[in-house]
Amino acid sequence: MGHVDGNAIAGSLAEIFPFDVTAAVGRCAHCGSTGMIGDAMVYFAATGTIVRCANCDEVLAVLVETPSRIWLSLSGVRGLTLPT
Amino acid sequence: MSDPPPAAARTAWRVGTVIEARPETSSARRIVLDIPDWPGNDAGQHLDVRLTAPDGYQAQRSYSIASAGLGSRVELAVDELPEGEVSPFLVEDLQLGDRLEVHGPLGGYFIWMPQSVTHDARPVQLIAGGSGIVPFLAMVRAHAAIADPTPFRLLYAVREQSDVFYLQELLQLALSGLKLDFVYSGTAPRDWPVPAGRITKEALAGLAIPASEKPRVFICGSTGFVELVAGWLIELGHAAADIRTERFGGT
Ligand SMILES: Cc1cc2nc3c(=O)[nH]c(=O)nc-3n(C[C@H](O)[C@H](O)[C@H](O)COP(=O)(O)OP(=O)(O)OC[C@H]3O[C@@H](n4cnc5c(N)ncnc54)[C@H](O)[C@@H]3O)c2cc1C
Ligand SMILES: [Zn+2]
Repeated sequence: MGHVDGNAIAGSLAEIFPFDVTAAVGRCAHCGSTGMIGDAMVYFAATGTIVRCANCDEVLAVLVETPSRIWLSLSGVRGLTLPT
Repeated sequence: MSDPPPAAARTAWRVGTVIEARPETSSARRIVLDIPDWPGNDAGQHLDVRLTAPDGYQAQRSYSIASAGLGSRVELAVDELPEGEVSPFLVEDLQLGDRLEVHGPLGGYFIWMPQSVTHDARPVQLIAGGSGIVPFLAMVRAHAAIADPTPFRLLYAVREQSDVFYLQELLQLALSGLKLDFVYSGTAPRDWPVPAGRITKEALAGLAIPASEKPRVFICGSTGFVELVAGWLIELGHAAADIRTERFGGT
């Protein structure tokens, strides 16, 4: 299946953060472009969910969920700005 | 809808009860849930549905919400993917009175807020492919309910008229200000002015608010549809920052 938008993982991110991350603006650590998390490209796979930069295609974040825990790596995101 | 928008409503796992379920098209079903602690939702938000099998196996999928505003009544419309894991259950097996685990309301990215909140007078172009109409139902309903002055235009691409979700309600809204256009990829209704066929860049240019008017654009549908339309809009001069997308998956 093709990718979906960052908006599609709003639920998983809401398990971790007390605010809506999809409308937050992040800077890609690879290409330096900024964009809303909702604009990023999300790929679901059996092993986990991969979030890629819509500009350069590099990995922004990886999310792995099991019934007992959630693991999130934000290694490709340099800074997040949230509307307050 | 005169109530303030529930923008800051907290997200949580909740249990809803099916209070209405009826066929929407030959493959889709409208499902209304009563969720007693639902905090309300903005137009365009979605929720996640979680199914748990007797052996503990869980499957989770996102569904857009066709309703908006306050109240415990939450409306969904689900299209069945014949080989799918979750949608056949929701369309074929879910019964009135059943309870469903949902996580929401979710997402502040693909939402429409009234002009009284955003102070943004630019026109809004909505472009739906198939079941991608669902979040737009919430938007056009909210827009009509408060008589928001923002010009709204909806372009709805479907295979044929029997695949149109919410046909009567959309036609009704079209009588009261919504500009509504259909593109039929399979069979056009009798007397339809243009022949049926897959949406083209030319059709899009003719049926969408032109880039010169700087519309805010929302596109929703299968991933392939969204990619195609978003790409054409950029070529037609729309700014990427003015385009919001909601890909449902698939190709
Ligand atoms: C934000 C959003 C809103 C949506 N709103 C609607 C709607 O209003 N109406 C509607 O009919 N459909 C909607 N969809 C599509 C819906 O979520 C399902 O993808 C669809 O019902 C098919 O699911 P299935 O289990 O029947 O099919 P499957 O074939 O079993 O699923 C399709 C493929 O997508 C993968 N997949 C899809 N979603 C997820 C997920 N959340 N987590 C992990 N893997 C996933 C599956 O692993 C599989 O490979 C929406 C999708 C998104 C992202
Ligand atoms: Zn990048």
